[in-house]
Amino acid sequence: MFGDYSIGDLGSIFVMQGFAGLILFSVYVLMALGLAIIFGQMGVINMAHGEFMILGAYVTWMTSNFFQAFLPSLFSGYFFLAMMLAFFVSGALGMLVEWVLIRHLYKRPLDTLLATWGLSLMLQQAYRSIFGAREVGVELPQWMLGSLKVTDSIEVPINGVFVMGLTVLITCAVAYVMFKSRWGRQVRAVVQNRIMAGAVGINTEKVDRYTYALGCGIAGVAGSAFTMIGSTGPTSGQLYIVDTFLVVVFGGAASLLGTIASAFSISQTQSTLEFFMSGSMAKVLTLLAVVGILMLRPQGLFTLKVRK
Amino acid sequence: MIINSRFFNRSELIGFIALAAVLFVILPLSLDVFRLNLVAKYLTYAFVAIGLVLCWGYGGILSLGQGVFFGLGGYCMAMFLKLEASSVENTKIQSTPGIPDFMDWNQVTSLPLFWQPFHSLTFTIAAIILVPCLFALIIGTAMFKRRVGGTYFAIITQAVAAILTILIVGQQGYTGGINGMTDLRTLKGWDIRPDHAKIILYFVEVVLLFACIGIAQFIRLTKLGRILVAMREQEDRVRFSGYSVANFKIFAFCVAAIFAAIGGAMFALNVGFMSPSFVGIVPSIEMVIYTAVGGRMSIFGAVWGSILVNFAKTSLSESFPQLWLFGLGALFIAVVLAFPNGLSGIWADHVQPRVDRLIASIRAKKSGGWSGNSVADGAPAE
Repeated sequence: MFGDYSIGDLGSIFVMQGFAGLILFSVYVLMALGLAIIFGQMGVINMAHGEFMILGAYVTWMTSNFFQAFLPSLFSGYFFLAMMLAFFVSGALGMLVEWVLIRHLYKRPLDTLLATWGLSLMLQQAYRSIFGAREVGVELPQWMLGSLKVTDSIEVPINGVFVMGLTVLITCAVAYVMFKSRWGRQVRAVVQNRIMAGAVGINTEKVDRYTYALGCGIAGVAGSAFTMIGSTGPTSGQLYIVDTFLVVVFGGAASLLGTIASAFSISQTQSTLEFFMSGSMAKVLTLLAVVGILMLRPQGLFTLKVRK
Repeated sequence: MIINSRFFNRSELIGFIALAAVLFVILPLSLDVFRLNLVAKYLTYAFVAIGLVLCWGYGGILSLGQGVFFGLGGYCMAMFLKLEASSVENTKIQSTPGIPDFMDWNQVTSLPLFWQPFHSLTFTIAAIILVPCLFALIIGTAMFKRRVGGTYFAIITQAVAAILTILIVGQQGYTGGINGMTDLRTLKGWDIRPDHAKIILYFVEVVLLFACIGIAQFIRLTKLGRILVAMREQEDRVRFSGYSVANFKIFAFCVAAIFAAIGGAMFALNVGFMSPSFVGIVPSIEMVIYTAVGGRMSIFGAVWGSILVNFAKTSLSESFPQLWLFGLGALFIAVVLAFPNGLSGIWADHVQPRVDRLIASIRAKKSGGWSGNSVADGAPAE
């Protein structure tokens, strides 16, 4: 397996594969953050999460088309506006869905799974009817193309670096909102004890709605970032949903730190294995390892100590 | 009180007779062979749905990986049929005669070891039952002994379904890849493709289906069924009463797996091929929705749910392919929000009371005497 490469080549391979893994890691983290908030904090299984992500991707695609047609001079900066739009559109749809659907099902978590699966089917068909069945790709502005040369044999693409920077920024923002802001304290209070939180004057229904909307909004941003590294089709979201759920469960459902750690280990394992065997076997081995570890340690990597 | 003396109560008996009449008499007489074969395909999902009634409706264990067991059963059957179809005479144009065509295309030159035993029909039938059961036993033991349940179990089973699909698609030379195993021809020399064979296979399947209904009904009526319900409602109390909750859950999960595998094997026989598109996450969740539409607490409801949803799927996707996914999605949401007990719940809440009232009013009429005020009640009897 290693015989044909020199030590220096092998080092470069590991660095490059590691970097490819980091990009995968960024997408996982962005998707899993939203899911960890919705699943970990509220106990709702949101099978439509991938479709919220794709909504963000489509919003980004439309924004880029709009800038290309009407504001070509500002095209290099369209992405920042697109990201904000993706957040608010996905968040607004999330709020609507919570109001129509999810709030009736808080007492039946398994049924949220079926209902949101139905929602995801409808959204997929809606995307197919509106945007067509073909995958769409976003044109990147000039400054994001090309790659940085670190050494002679190691190159990293600029859009990858940008997505990673974005991930770090969003993760910090979410951590700040959840752990430092007044609203984040309310969310955590509702999670730990809904009745007591209501008794001390927190509007638990409102907190639920905004938590769900925040999770969906982050999914939208994830979709926006996703357009930088891949093309988007009506069913792209479904490809990632199981992986993302495994990331969240593997990390320990209620722990944001665990989510990041598990996204890192899963994506690194997969991209390193991918170099040595076919992509499908790499994925099978990674998923098997995750399921195996979960069977031995069902509570995941990190657990929150809560009295039940 | 704990064990009912009668196998079916009155309303269940009516349901049983109605289903038997439709499946044994009305459908075979009124449909042509092509449509009857479609019904046979729908009924293979009814096996899975009955298993899900036991494991999800009664036991409270939602498995999103029933497609795995359906696929394992189906692939076991398909491997036997494929080996018979690729005898040396049939495959003499290949570079290696005597092995399935997809192996030849993928430069596999000899039959892999795990394919060898599938030359024997006895082994195949044993494998259809035992392989999925063993698989369910391993997953169930690992999960339930550690008290993992509910949503976590659902996600893990979903991951297992994803893994198996990727594996089947990836190992093209051994499994036929994304196309699956096609061109299945004979069962012990008996051609399964002509019309009369399809009719015989349909009746074999319906008999097997009623056997599974009988087993499920038996489990439901014994103490085991009561414990499953108790476990779903208050798991801790059952545990504190001295029952091993994990073992009961593993049992229900294994029974559901075996039913699903029988369905899968019948699918391979009736439809004539098996592919990974019946194994993955999407088909697994669709199987759950058949159960939910029919009624997760009703064995007969699950059978009706599988037939009706699939019938709607075929006819809608033939004429309005765009509408079908909207319709299916709306059906999911409506069933979960408005009718958590599905069709059988609607029947029990709205139709059954009227029927009972009707019967009562007819009886009152027959017993004579106060016919004066029962005229109004008796009017809708026609």
